[in-house]
Amino acid sequence: MKAEGFWEKTVHHVTEALERALVAEGLASRPGLLQGLDPRAKVLTILLLIVAVALLHSLPLLVAFAFLPLVLAWLSRISPAFFLKRVGLFIPLFTGLIALPALFTTPGRPLFSPWDGLAITEQGLRAASTLVLRSWDSLSLAVLLVLTTRWNHLLRSLRVLMVPRAFVLVLQMTHRYIYIFLRSINAMFLARKSRTVGPRPAGENRRFLASSMATLLARSHHMSQEVYLAMQSRGFRGDVMTMEDFALRKRDALWAGLAGLLAVAAIIADRLLT
Amino acid sequence: MHIPDGYLSPATCGVLYGASLPFWAVAGRKVGAVMKARMVPLIALFSAFAFALQRFNVPLPGGTTGHAVGATLLALVLGPWGAVMGLSVVFLLQALFFGDGGITAYGANVFNMAIVMPLAGYGAYRFLITLFPRRQAIAAAVASYFAINLAALFAALELGLQPLLFHAADGTPLYAPYALKIAVPAMVIPHLLVAGPIEALVTGMVIAFLLRSKMSLGVLPQPKPLRLRWLWVGLGVVALFTPIGLLATGTAWGEWGGEDLQNMLGFVPQGLEKLGSLWRAPIPDYSFPGLGPVSGYIVSAVIGMAMFALLSFLVLRASRRKG
Repeated sequence: MKAEGFWEKTVHHVTEALERALVAEGLASRPGLLQGLDPRAKVLTILLLIVAVALLHSLPLLVAFAFLPLVLAWLSRISPAFFLKRVGLFIPLFTGLIALPALFTTPGRPLFSPWDGLAITEQGLRAASTLVLRSWDSLSLAVLLVLTTRWNHLLRSLRVLMVPRAFVLVLQMTHRYIYIFLRSINAMFLARKSRTVGPRPAGENRRFLASSMATLLARSHHMSQEVYLAMQSRGFRGDVMTMEDFALRKRDALWAGLAGLLAVAAIIADRLLT
Repeated sequence: MHIPDGYLSPATCGVLYGASLPFWAVAGRKVGAVMKARMVPLIALFSAFAFALQRFNVPLPGGTTGHAVGATLLALVLGPWGAVMGLSVVFLLQALFFGDGGITAYGANVFNMAIVMPLAGYGAYRFLITLFPRRQAIAAAVASYFAINLAALFAALELGLQPLLFHAADGTPLYAPYALKIAVPAMVIPHLLVAGPIEALVTGMVIAFLLRSKMSLGVLPQPKPLRLRWLWVGLGVVALFTPIGLLATGTAWGEWGGEDLQNMLGFVPQGLEKLGSLWRAPIPDYSFPGLGPVSGYIVSAVIGMAMFALLSFLVLRASRRKG
C-alpha cells in the first residue's frame, strides 16, 4: 500500500458503511417473512439462537445452523447470494486466517503431514472447523436480524432486554449522527484531495488528519449543545421517553415459540450427539 | 481487537458481561450527576464522533495504515465515565449493524475496550501530568499507548484461557484454539508495534491541536493531576501483590548466582566466583536464618519496602522545602 493510500482508503471505508446502511434499510422495508414480525420478538429469538449456537459442539448441527439463516433470508425475499456475500465479508478474511494455524498447532492425533515435523491433527481440524462454523452461524443470524429490521426499530426494541431508556435514546441519537459525521468526513477528504496535486509529505498528511479529527471533535461538542437546546425547546426536561408502540400478534408468538423450540431441541440433540 | 462470536465460551462471555455491569452502573450514576439532562446529546454526539474517528485511516511511517480506537482521547474530553458510556454505545452499534465484534462477545469487548482502555488511559494520563505538568500532549500519547496495549493484553488473556478451560475429552479446543503462549504474543506484538503507535499518534496530535487552538470544551471536566496520596495507594496495591513472587519457580533470567550456575552449567566461571564474594548481602536470597522460606520472603519484602518508602519520603520532603 503506497503512502497516499489512506485518502482513498478512508473515503472507501466511509462510503462502504453508508452504502451498507442504505441497502439494509431498503431490504428491511420490503415485505417478507421476517420483516413482518415484531422487532422485539425478533431480537429476543435471534439472541436466543445465537446463544444456542455458542453452546453447540457437534459439527453436523453447526452445519445445519449455517443453512437456517440462509433459508430464512430466502423466505424474507433476500437473495441468498447477497446474503452469503454480506456474511462472507468478515468470515474468510478474518476467522479463516485465524483458524488456519490451529490445524497444526493443536496437539493431537496426526492426520496428514505436508512437511516433516508439521502435521494437521484431528483435534486441530475439529477445533478450526468449529471456530469457523460457529462464527459463521452467529454472524449470519445477526446479519439476518439487521437486514430484516429497520435499524431504528431494532434499537427501540432493545428495551425488551432491559436496556435503560436513556441508553436506548443515546443509541438512537448516535446512530442518526454517525451518518452525518461519516458524510462530513467524506466531504473533508474529497475537498482536500481535489485541491492536492501529487504526493504530499507524510508529516503533512498526519497533521491534516489530526486537525480534521480535532475539528470533528469540536464540531460534535458544538452540535451536542445545539441538539440539547433543540430538545429543551421541545419540552425535554431530562425525563427520557421512547416510543413503545409495537404490538405482538399471533404470528410473533408462533415464531417465538418455534425459534425457542428449535434452540432447545438443538442443545438437547447436541448433548446426545457428543 | 473486536472479538467476534464463537471465540469465547458462553461462560466467559457471561463473566465479562457481569464484570461490565457495575462499571455501567457507576458510569450511569456519575455521568448523570455531572451532566444531568445534557447527558443524552453529549454522549450521543461524542459516540458518533468516536465511531467516525475509527473510520479514519492513519498512515504510519513504513507504509502500513490502520485506525485508532480513540478510547483515551474520549476519556480525556468526556471524562472517564462518559467515555465508558460513549464507547459502550459505539461497540454496540458496531456489533449490531457492522459485524464488528460479536453479540455474545459484546460484554468482553466492552470490558477490554470501553472499560479497561479509557480508565487505564485516563489514569495513566493523570499520573503522567503529575510528573510532567507541561507535557500534556506527550502524556496523552503515552497514556493511550499504554491503555491500548493493556486492553490488548486483556483480550489476549481472555482468548488464551479458552483452550485451557474449555476443551473436549480428547483435547480438542471448543472455542478459541490458541493457548496463552501463542495468543498473548499474537495479540500484544501487533499492538505494541502498529495499533499502539497509531493510537498514540492520533491521541497526542488531536490533544496538541486542541491545546494549541485553545478550543475549550466547556462543560466537560478537565483531568487534574493526581494527588500524591493516590500514588502511595497505587504503590500499596502493587505491594499487596508481592506474594506472587512465592509462586514463581526458578531464578529470574540473568540473576543467577554462583550456586545456580553450578547447577545449570556444571561449573562456576572463575571471575564470577571472585566477584561474588566481594559483597555479602545482609539478607541473602531474601531469607532469614531461623524463619521459613515464606515468612522470610515476606519479612524481607516488608523491610525493603519500608526502606524505599522512607527514602522517597525524605527526598520528597527535601524537594518540597526547596520549592
